[in-house]
Amino acid sequence: MDPIRKFDLKAIIACVLIYAVVQGLIAVEVIGPFWELNIVLICINIILAVSLNLINGYTGQFSIGHAGFMAVGAYTGAVITVKLGLPFALGLVVATVSAGLLGFLIGLPTLRLDGDYLAIATLGLGEIIRICILNIDYVGGASGLMGIPRFTNFTVAFWLMIAIIFFIKNFKNSAPGRCCLAIRENEIAADTMGINTTKYKVMAFTLGASFAGTAGCLFSHYFFLAHPATFTFMKSFDILTMVVLGGLGSMTGSICGATLLTFISAYLSDFPEWRMVIYSVTMIVLMLRRPQGLFGSEELSRKMFRLGGRQNG
Amino acid sequence: MAETLLKIDNISMIFGGLRAVSNLTMHIDKGELVGLIGPNGAGKTTVFNMITGVYTPTEGEVYFDGKKSSGHKSYQVTQMGMARTFQNIRLFSELSVVDNVKIAYNMHVSYNLADAIIRDGKYVKEEHYITEKAMDLLKIFHLEDFAQETAKNLPYGQQRRLEIARALATEPKLLLLDEPAAGMNPQETHELMELIRWIRERFSLSILLIEHDMSLVMGVCERIYVLEYGMKIAEGVPEEIKHNRRVIEAYLGEEVIN
Repeated sequence: MDPIRKFDLKAIIACVLIYAVVQGLIAVEVIGPFWELNIVLICINIILAVSLNLINGYTGQFSIGHAGFMAVGAYTGAVITVKLGLPFALGLVVATVSAGLLGFLIGLPTLRLDGDYLAIATLGLGEIIRICILNIDYVGGASGLMGIPRFTNFTVAFWLMIAIIFFIKNFKNSAPGRCCLAIRENEIAADTMGINTTKYKVMAFTLGASFAGTAGCLFSHYFFLAHPATFTFMKSFDILTMVVLGGLGSMTGSICGATLLTFISAYLSDFPEWRMVIYSVTMIVLMLRRPQGLFGSEELSRKMFRLGGRQNG
Repeated sequence: MAETLLKIDNISMIFGGLRAVSNLTMHIDKGELVGLIGPNGAGKTTVFNMITGVYTPTEGEVYFDGKKSSGHKSYQVTQMGMARTFQNIRLFSELSVVDNVKIAYNMHVSYNLADAIIRDGKYVKEEHYITEKAMDLLKIFHLEDFAQETAKNLPYGQQRRLEIARALATEPKLLLLDEPAAGMNPQETHELMELIRWIRERFSLSILLIEHDMSLVMGVCERIYVLEYGMKIAEGVPEEIKHNRRVIEAYLGEEVIN
């Protein structure tokens, strides 16, 4: 069998095992409702982090409006299931597509900007989306859209997360993915390699935005409501923190970052006023001691552990 | 007479009040190795940027392989069959050496996003194909042992070679080299000269070379254009250029002659 596919097969088997163990523990109630909630939240955060990493880490376009796309997904999904009474699966699809579509429309003009300018534009965009929602009475305005049924469970969240991780992993290791990496490394050189840089930037942005929509839909269907206050720029920063903590450009880094920070906030849920303090201290220490993030732009692999030995030898 | 590959028709580039290049006309035939020389600030790199679509000429047109290429974007010009290297090396420095070359092959990949995501037969087959092609190219440039190395960790001379290899991976008809010998010692320059001659034969290319190093230019180029203050002051075979009064003036100053 082809080595690429062999690796995929091994990874899928590992995922099935993880799923079986966690689902088993939930079934026998070793994992109670509080931790079950946090595990689902980890899955959702991982989706958000890896999709932001696709834009910020792989393509090098610094976007900080991810919560906006998440909000679009959360609301459109809820409109499908609550207002129109259609199935949850359709809600997920519509949430993904509509967030992606918005990402595409926004991406076309904003991705001409780079660096700080793009960051500011996306930050503003996230706020615009939130304020728009705040003023739409059809979706509940400032009081939020309530009475959303809990369709999300561990199974749905976990397997969607795995599907998205595989999607992004395969994307990175393909010609379009390498185009994105080339843009991050040197846009002028990428251009002279015959790469239509605008096309690939918009592609990465659209894909990242759609997955944020998926995560938003899972989110609103787990917590019974979609509220504008959930999707402030603080949420965007939360996601960015996960990505930067893990290391920009490292997918395993984003996964670990999302897991770690979700656990930290779960532990700190008894004293929420300390949560942001610890968050910021973590970031400051990290930026001082390891500015490239936990994994840098490397993926977690056996090679990483060999690296120390090679340097000595 | 040989077929013309690149025709530059009376182009000028004006930046505000500065005429960086004015009324330049030149041509490159198929299979030719042409040099473009001139003192610092003569506008050589500006000419390169106009040819490769980084700038659109303020006046005049560039024709490549019978089609108008000026006005097209840089990536479209590359897709037409031109590839270049840069005066200051621009590699994808955090990526591996082999990935640098594979990115240049991307243009010739025919599988789409869906094939890549589900990793069907087409994806696997083409990935193997371009990896093989990239490795073949690295072997030619004696870089195969560094294939998995991060590009920024290569020594300077090898980074230059990798940049040329990467440009060749786009399978161009015309290769533009912007000061390939910059920062090289005489021994390396000599090797580079051999390499440039050899790749022209091996890939049946035309090459346009910007260079300061006179021994390199005189040694490999069949025809030379000389620029000064954005204007063409001479053209001809190396022997003519060597004895051209205007060129000596431009390079050494008037006093030398008088």
